[in-house]
Amino acid sequence: MTYTNQRIAYGETLVKMGKDNPKIVVMDADLCASTMGKLYEIEYKERHYEMGIAEANMLSVAAGLSTTGRIPFANSFAVFVAGRAYDQIRQTIAIGKLNVKIVGSSAGLSDFGDGATHQSIEDMAIMGAIPNMTVICPADANETVAATKAIAKYHGPVYMRLNRNDYDNVTEEGKPFVIGEPDVLLDGKDVVVFATGYMVGLALKAAKLLADEISVKVVNVATIKPLPKEKLIHLAKDAKVIVTAEEHSVIGGLGSVVLNAFAQTPIPIEMIGLEDVFGCSAHNYDELLEHFNLTDTAVADRIKQAYFAHKE
Amino acid sequence: MYSKEMIDDLNNKAKTIRRNVIKSIGIGTAGHVGGSCSSADLVTALYFYKMKYDPKNPKMENRDRFLLSKGHVAVLQYAAMAEAGFFPVADLKHTKDVGFHLQGHPDYLKTPGIEAGTGSLGQGLSLGLGMALGLKDDGLNSRVYVLCGDGELAEGQIWEAAMAAKAFNADNLLAIVDHNKLQAMGPIQERLDITPLPEKWAAFGWHVIEINGHNMEEILTALDHAETIKGKPTVIIAHTIKGKGVSFAENTVSCHNVLLTDEMYHQALSDLS
Repeated sequence: MTYTNQRIAYGETLVKMGKDNPKIVVMDADLCASTMGKLYEIEYKERHYEMGIAEANMLSVAAGLSTTGRIPFANSFAVFVAGRAYDQIRQTIAIGKLNVKIVGSSAGLSDFGDGATHQSIEDMAIMGAIPNMTVICPADANETVAATKAIAKYHGPVYMRLNRNDYDNVTEEGKPFVIGEPDVLLDGKDVVVFATGYMVGLALKAAKLLADEISVKVVNVATIKPLPKEKLIHLAKDAKVIVTAEEHSVIGGLGSVVLNAFAQTPIPIEMIGLEDVFGCSAHNYDELLEHFNLTDTAVADRIKQAYFAHKE
Repeated sequence: MYSKEMIDDLNNKAKTIRRNVIKSIGIGTAGHVGGSCSSADLVTALYFYKMKYDPKNPKMENRDRFLLSKGHVAVLQYAAMAEAGFFPVADLKHTKDVGFHLQGHPDYLKTPGIEAGTGSLGQGLSLGLGMALGLKDDGLNSRVYVLCGDGELAEGQIWEAAMAAKAFNADNLLAIVDHNKLQAMGPIQERLDITPLPEKWAAFGWHVIEINGHNMEEILTALDHAETIKGKPTVIIAHTIKGKGVSFAENTVSCHNVLLTDEMYHQALSDLS
């Protein structure tokens, strides 16, 4: 089954895993029809916990459940799980390395209509700053299926952010997800783009637009933490410039962690993302991405500028 | 119902535990004397009368769970756990030593027998609910005991958990409120007035038992009675005296977290002799 929506891919993968693994429990805070936790509830009502509009309590209950051997997948919008339940996640789940999977749905700008209050532009920064936390941002629905399976097998706290909208896959269906493994989707030598989430697809389109003038390598970095530092340094060894691309603030997200990883290297880094601003409402996703210069042509322009500024 | 000998033994045990709290804080160091002493009889009754556990096998599947939601009195829980045999009593004086297994607040990974990390107030009841739901689904008759401070009840999450516990009919979950009426900076009633407590918990659908938290017979009766309540969670509201048993600390706000001088240290041990 090919999916074109990360939420549906996630929800249906949970259902499939739940068939063989009764330890998987799913929790929601009155948004299960959106997070697709609803699919699990329909199939295994006794293993789905509707916790009401009380995210802080949900995450602490998840922590308690995990100590009884369950693998809780706690869902809500990314702004709410990473924001309202930050302290609960930090104090008990992360310090105790509890086996809780925190899934932030409608992440980034993907909840285009709801505006700044519902658009999580700092969730990866918040979760990534917490020791013991793994942070995953799949590129598309195919990768979401694989990542959901991978984080269920991994023992420990994980934050995974998912996009709300339908869009085409750029990763291979059925390819196993390895936490901490960057994935080269397009080879090139002049510029290396480290992209995550929806921006992986845009980076590939941008690279194609530039194909006649610049050779661009596009790497899908779905594991923001632990960042595969040595592997990224190896992948960038011949490039003149690195470009990072994320649907997240450039403060604390992929751009920041790449900057940290390359601090001891001379290679210049250009960061594409949200420039320390909140989102806003729009009538559709494309319109909002365009507003923030997150389109294939805008990304191509940034790559080009960066390359010509640093190619000598 | 309970033999005088058993009650006397438990009261003596509580006194030993209070003494060990003072010893583990030591001279010239600050520690949570007030809240440890107000909760000491309740914690003694749990560890030495009510709860089933095996200190040699802290992960025993059908053990009861204890959560110290008021995690700042970790030193009290450690004193009880040492007496119970989880680790040597001699470890207590090394509490907070860098790299040692006894941290300033309960630590799930470092101390065998600690069921979850607590310390950020207001979260223990939710943690306990998660455990209670899992244990019930596993068909175990284990019970989950959560000790909350009364000042902590100002945290909104306590009431999220209270609603959720009723929604899931978590009758294997017992909350105990150490109602000593004082918080770190002064009387609770002069801050966020949490009263009337019995009415509040009852309105959230809980079975409510109100006791004197320093009367061992009342504590045991309440713990045993709570087990018979089915279909909803139970809360024991235990009226206590902050600093109970230590003359200078009783009902003294400044003894919430107090640096013990040489004189205070010896006074406390003499009060508890």
